[in-house]
Amino acid sequence: MNGIFLQLFQNGLVLLLAPLLVGWVNQCRAWLQNRSGAGLLQPYRKLIKLFHKDAVLAHNASPLFRLTPYILFASMWLAASLVPVIATDLPLSPAVDVIALVGIFALARVFISLAAMDIGTSFGTLGARREMLVGFLAEPALLMVFFSAALISQSTSLVTIVETLAHKQFVIYPSLAFAAIAFVMVLLAENARIPVDNPSTHLELTMIHEAMILEYSARYLALIEWASALKLFAYTTIGIALFMPWGIAEAGRLEALPLALGMLLLKLAVAGAGLALLETVTAKMRIFRVPEFMGTAFLLAVLGMLIHFLVGS
Amino acid sequence: MTLASALLPLDIALGVIVYWLLLGLAGLFSRNSHFITRYIFPAAALGSLVLAAAALFSLGGPANIAVLPLGLPDLPFHLRLDALSAFFLLLLGAASTGISIYAAGYFRHMSGATLGLLCFEYHLFLLGMALVFIADDAYLFMVAWETMALSSYFLVTTDHAVPEIRRAGFLYLLIAHVGAIAILMSFGVMQGGHGDYTFATMRGAQLDTFWASITFLLALFGFGAKAGILPLHVWLPEAHPAAPSPISAMMSGIMLKTAIYGILRVSFDLLDMQLWWWGAIALTLGLVTALFGVLFAAVQSDMKRLLAYSSIENIGIILVGIGLAIIFHSFGKEALAALALTAALYHSLNHSFMKSLLFLGTGSVLHATGERNLGKLGGLIRRMPKLALLVLVGTLALAGLPPLNGFVSEWLLLQAFLLSPGLPNSYLNMLVPIAAAALALAAALAAYVMVKFYGIIFLGQPREANLVEKAQDIGTHEWLGLAWLALGCIVLGIFPVYIITQIDHITQMLVGQHLGGAMQNGWMWLTPIQADRASYNPLILIGTIVLGVLFTLYMVKKFYHRRLRRSAAWDCGYPEQTARMQDTAEGFGQPIRQIFDLFFGVTREVPSPFDKKPHYRGETRDLLWEWCYLPIAALTEKISALVGRLQHGRIHIYLLYSFVTLLALLAFVR
Repeated sequence: MNGIFLQLFQNGLVLLLAPLLVGWVNQCRAWLQNRSGAGLLQPYRKLIKLFHKDAVLAHNASPLFRLTPYILFASMWLAASLVPVIATDLPLSPAVDVIALVGIFALARVFISLAAMDIGTSFGTLGARREMLVGFLAEPALLMVFFSAALISQSTSLVTIVETLAHKQFVIYPSLAFAAIAFVMVLLAENARIPVDNPSTHLELTMIHEAMILEYSARYLALIEWASALKLFAYTTIGIALFMPWGIAEAGRLEALPLALGMLLLKLAVAGAGLALLETVTAKMRIFRVPEFMGTAFLLAVLGMLIHFLVGS
Repeated sequence: MTLASALLPLDIALGVIVYWLLLGLAGLFSRNSHFITRYIFPAAALGSLVLAAAALFSLGGPANIAVLPLGLPDLPFHLRLDALSAFFLLLLGAASTGISIYAAGYFRHMSGATLGLLCFEYHLFLLGMALVFIADDAYLFMVAWETMALSSYFLVTTDHAVPEIRRAGFLYLLIAHVGAIAILMSFGVMQGGHGDYTFATMRGAQLDTFWASITFLLALFGFGAKAGILPLHVWLPEAHPAAPSPISAMMSGIMLKTAIYGILRVSFDLLDMQLWWWGAIALTLGLVTALFGVLFAAVQSDMKRLLAYSSIENIGIILVGIGLAIIFHSFGKEALAALALTAALYHSLNHSFMKSLLFLGTGSVLHATGERNLGKLGGLIRRMPKLALLVLVGTLALAGLPPLNGFVSEWLLLQAFLLSPGLPNSYLNMLVPIAAAALALAAALAAYVMVKFYGIIFLGQPREANLVEKAQDIGTHEWLGLAWLALGCIVLGIFPVYIITQIDHITQMLVGQHLGGAMQNGWMWLTPIQADRASYNPLILIGTIVLGVLFTLYMVKKFYHRRLRRSAAWDCGYPEQTARMQDTAEGFGQPIRQIFDLFFGVTREVPSPFDKKPHYRGETRDLLWEWCYLPIAALTEKISALVGRLQHGRIHIYLLYSFVTLLALLAFVR
């Protein structure tokens, strides 16, 4: 019973917290750039505004185009609810292990790319192509990061991985160190962040994610924005779960929940600020350099796994 | 006791084979195209269904053996239906059910005489493949193998008026026979001088390491030629697209699996030992094949060629599973060998469904538009919504996305990789993580390819409006056939546990160990090792997503509104949008071509800015063709020119040759 309660609690929590994380990252960026910023609640205001608007759809939009925002939202919501962030006793978690989690991300990516091609505008296909280009290197890199952790804990279940890592003393696994760097690179690329993509411009030479969702409006756009926030939240919490899992409430211990929640908020704040810093100090790179960037991430992740096989840790 | 329960599964399989032969003959002599499409093809599908059901129920049963008094004197046909044969018969029956129903619709516009011949070859092809799976001696195996190869050659060259198709057919025939010779030689080594070519003798033969290795390498070469393993793949992207679509589906979906069956039969059943480096070779070849296939698929602009290259990729993935199983088996890690083998077998079954589905889908596109070039299609989802939906299922399955079937087999294979640390060989310990990474890369690239395939054909605006505008959606037969295959993709994806527990019988037979644990948490949970190591529940996954979608739809409707306005596409406010501004197939493949520049031979003709009629041509070639095949062809021609000097056309010189040969032989034999 506890498990189901915790799962529902987490489902609600990620839904509400995800836009806040985006707001926090944007606010930190604003501070770092000497701007006052729009406030933490700006993403919520934007979502409400979008939900109220009338949707405009291109004449030739197919049902696939209309259904995709919902699929995207539902799958990202599932992904974010799977990551053990405050408690490890999640009934959904055994159903979807890390490989399936990567599969869910791929599912979302394929659907949004297909939807981008549906209207048949030049920007749509361009965005879809670039998204798949980033994705085909990011996906195996993410998988290898997970494998490095899975090899240490002898399990591909995220819950077991987190429980194992949370119980170990503070030692730096060489394989996880490589994996962590690779993971940060994947996180930047997959969430359309600088240096791979810039979420705040519509410059045709560089845009990836924005190019794909140009034709969406109103509630569809709101769902996609929310799904992006959930995706960022999922990635951030995966990073937290793999590389700083301490303080999580373990099986059945409801009383540890408030502490775990506090720890989560703290970790998210640190991670968000770090992300903002990273985005401020790097420059957007040319699109042709992106494969090199992603290739580096992939190689680092493979190196991490190779080290585990050779050194045994 | 009813008649059905008194029949052995082998009898049913033989009955279906004879039934197909009769159907083929009926088609050949009837020449009434209406009769053939309306009755014979659906009847063949019924036979396939019976075969699939019999095979499924015989998976757990004992092996059936029969000896037919056919064939040469003192060389009767031996038949055997064990778990491995039954699994592949299941694959054949299940996939060909959909293909035959579809064929009933697809061939309805063909004229009687050609159709009659085609119908005969089609059924001969089917029964040849079925015989390959139940043959229990080298003689019958080779007869069935050649029946399959020759009938498919004639099917490939159905449109023999086109020179390219004749060329593709010749290449196919050539490589198929180079492969067949290697297979024959491997059987020859295995019988070990007894002169008895039954598989039972081969199982009992004690070969030393050297000869066993020779056998394995010959078999890998021979069956590899049929499967399209690098570097023997060149015929595949030529021959598969040249055939009519149901034939392409059958070749890619089923015929390639006969080679997988052959490799498994020889290496796990007939040979009594396995060496780890055989597995390393198979693993490496599989990876190279998978990556090569998917990279070339990404740059194709012909939709059927794209699918053919994707078949090469999937065969590579299956071979990776086999290689891994051999490695584990040779080190005595039977549970892991069973896992890798299960992944390979399950992927074979999955691939037969999804690739057949997509090849048939391209057939419908081809019928509706008359165009195979991706760059001229587009927007078909609005003209052919029924087809688009079914093809979408196949696309997502082939892209390896959950909760469809392609994902399940990749998941199993990756689990096998994850369990591999601690192999007593440091080279393998380095190879395995790199192999896992390469496999993950190939799987991710497959998603790229499938987005390209689906997006360019079905989505967007029609690139050539006149082609797409007259397109009609599919008829009932086509829909039924495609829906059967799509249903297979979904069921195998969401309920994998039943079939995987059936595969246990095969792994038990081949490596003496089975997963067993796959069912331990109930029919919904796939837990191949232990539940705390890895578990996957596709039903919960898709259920949660569907619930999420419904919940969101409901909430949006309840709290906001559903107002909607249609308008022109925005596209950043650019007013002069045309359909030609979308990505073409070349455009979508461009990043891959640029990143992996090294692997492609690219020739480009780019217009100058002053051209009145600018013309762009880009061609991506397979470098192996130039590096490997053309030198061999040149060498062959040189040697035959030398041999040609012996030929004078004068009969007495030829008689002299015979005489000298005879003398030499006498001296040698005495």
